Amino acid sequence: MSDTGAVPLVEIENVEKRFGGAGGFLSSPQPVVKALNDVTLTVPKGEAFCLVGESGCGKSTLARTVIGLHPPSAGEIRYRGKRIDNLSTRERRPYNQKMQMIFQNPYASLNPRMTVLQTLEEPLRIHRPQMSDAEIRDKVHAVMRSVGNDPAWGERYPHEFSGGQRQRISIARALMLDPEFIVADEPISALDVSIQAQVLNVMMDAQKERDLTYLFITHDLSVVEHFGSQVAVMYLGTVCEQAETRKLFSMPRHPYTQALLSAIPKMDGTGVNHVKMTGEVPTAMDLPKGCVFHPRCPHAMERCCHEVPTLKQNGSSQTACFAVEEGRI
Amino acid sequence: MALLEVKDLQVEFPLGRKTLQALYGIDFALDKGERLGIVGESGAGKSVAAFSILNLLSKPGRISGGEILFEGRDLSKLNDKEMRTIRGNRISMIFQDPMMTLNPVLTIGTQMVECLKAHRDISSAEAREIAISKLREVMIPSPENRMDSYPHELSGGMRQRVVIAIALLTDPSIIIADEPTTALDVTIQAEIMALMLELCKTNNVGLILITHDLAVVSQVTERIMVMYAGRVVEEGYTQEVIKNPRHPYTRGLLKALPQENRPGQRLNQIPGSMPALDAIPAGCAFNPRCEFADGDCVKAVPDLVGEQGHRAACVHVDRIPAFVGAGGAE
Ligand SMILES: Nc1ncnc2c1ncn2[C@@H]1O[C@H](COP(=O)(O)OP(=O)(O)O)[C@@H](O)[C@H]1O
Ligand SMILES: Nc1ncnc2c1ncn2[C@@H]1O[C@H](COP(=O)(O)OP(=O)(O)O)[C@@H](O)[C@H]1O
Ligand code: SF4
Ligand SMILES: [Mg+2]
Ligand SMILES: [Mg+2]
Repeated sequence: MSDTGAVPLVEIENVEKRFGGAGGFLSSPQPVVKALNDVTLTVPKGEAFCLVGESGCGKSTLARTVIGLHPPSAGEIRYRGKRIDNLSTRERRPYNQKMQMIFQNPYASLNPRMTVLQTLEEPLRIHRPQMSDAEIRDKVHAVMRSVGNDPAWGERYPHEFSGGQRQRISIARALMLDPEFIVADEPISALDVSIQAQVLNVMMDAQKERDLTYLFITHDLSVVEHFGSQVAVMYLGTVCEQAETRKLFSMPRHPYTQALLSAIPKMDGTGVNHVKMTGEVPTAMDLPKGCVFHPRCPHAMERCCHEVPTLKQNGSSQTACFAVEEGRI
Repeated sequence: MALLEVKDLQVEFPLGRKTLQALYGIDFALDKGERLGIVGESGAGKSVAAFSILNLLSKPGRISGGEILFEGRDLSKLNDKEMRTIRGNRISMIFQDPMMTLNPVLTIGTQMVECLKAHRDISSAEAREIAISKLREVMIPSPENRMDSYPHELSGGMRQRVVIAIALLTDPSIIIADEPTTALDVTIQAEIMALMLELCKTNNVGLILITHDLAVVSQVTERIMVMYAGRVVEEGYTQEVIKNPRHPYTRGLLKALPQENRPGQRLNQIPGSMPALDAIPAGCAFNPRCEFADGDCVKAVPDLVGEQGHRAACVHVDRIPAFVGAGGAE
């Protein structure tokens, strides 16, 4: 799928994101939240790159940083080799068309006072002033059809739609400017199973037809296994493993990935057989020293408590774990 | 006789001039120590069914027909005082949000002791001892210290454990759990589900587990009931129903799961969505979404047919092809 040798579409290099700290005017310093710690990921063109991990591990923060909703505290984001995290609003504009975002909650991301038609026309009116009304109308209808919504619904408002229809409207809006790269933050997590399938199909169809690249965030591992070509597993602001989806699922290496995969409920009637982790998930305000996973890790040794493992190629995956490096896993 | 027997339960919501019906006569039974799963998409009526049992229906909902027999007594006929001897005592409820159970301004210990003393004639010291032992049963580390914690000092997973401990306090014979792990992460969900399964087994407690997650139901329950638009459309032994679904809705739900499809292929999808209460189609309510529907499906509401171990409510039940998941498609 990826064009090997070419410049990757998106590169995330040594990105850190901290919240709080300074403290506002007249307010005491806020505790520092280390939401992302030295995250490095490469998204080649054409991939459905999935980001998984449990709540609070920094997935949304990474999504927002990549798309430019907030600047990284350190590190770089590059798009087709060009650094984009430090651009002015004006310089950023062409990239805002190429990169789009879909959110978990379409209720919050669609303007309730705009009809579907107005919502979908808006990006064209702003970014494609040369288009005539007729051209805009045609384009809106074509995109609506491509996401499985009836163009006749254009005069309606978001509240008149079901959750799945609404999420398809947000997908349609993201597609209006023919983007190359879409960041989707838990786009199906709030939907029922049958509706999840509908929306995931729309996203897979769009990828095929438009040669899209996705950064797809989810906590649902069965969705990753189905949809993802590459997957990165995050834990407490750190990428602990990255691999081709098939390889990660057939041979998870990092102890956290192993625990996560074992926790996926299975339908074979064998009950619950998950790898048990010790302790509680620490918070991003109080990161453990050394490997962030060591307090819960069944394989932790002395070294893990003070040295930070970095992502290294280990067999079929990149893993940040000393136990894997030392051949203990 | 079953421990709990729900017969022809009907629930409605009178709203101004019109009355919306949420349950159209559902039947189910739970034996002592049995674990039943109720599945279906949002709006199917799962919570309404569960809440009716303990008279917890939100206003203006009311039971408009049927019986809820618990140890032979009809719970729907009890007054508030009588219901309090059942609710939180003989039948406990666990909600998706632990804060529906927990009081934010009281310590865990205070809440547990008060709860016990409301139902048992015991001293505070005895109640405290029982509370600590229940916290230990749900694997809360250093339970003595946790007694003095406030709910907000605990993580979501720990809070749900405390709620389970409270549900177990009075040694109930049934626990009703409405989406108890839906808001939790998958590793925590696995821990909580393993715990609930073990506790129900060792204490011979019956469980009614409501969830939209078919895999969770298949891990924990012995019987399953699939609901659609206020009716039961399929029920039977869990593994039997999941391996060999007979109703097109159940079959469609299973076929839509990513794990039942070849990676990267379009998922088998069910078109449309669950109807609202004021727009439930005539005949089989699933007919507008059903790939097997024809003129017969709009004529009458199909009855549940089949053997006791597996019944489905579909006119064309004999025509529905066997379910072949991803394993079979390879
Ligand atoms: N604007 C913010 N201010 C302070 N902390 C934040 C902010 N956004 C996210 N965080 C914190 O950063 C961490 C990662 O959050 P998030 O990226 O939302 O995780 P995820 O999407 O994986 O659930 C969490 O500890 C969260 O509380
Ligand atoms: N208090 C209420 N007033 C009106 N309608 C209600 C009320 N509570 C539930 N309903 C409706 O009853 C139906 C079943 O709801 P519910 O049992 O909560 O579904 P679920 O299967 O998702 O748990 C839904 O259509 C819902 O909108
Ligand atoms: S580095 Fe050590 S503590 Fe971290 S995951 Fe690997 S074995 Fe566990
Ligand atoms: Mg998030
Ligand atoms: Mg519910």
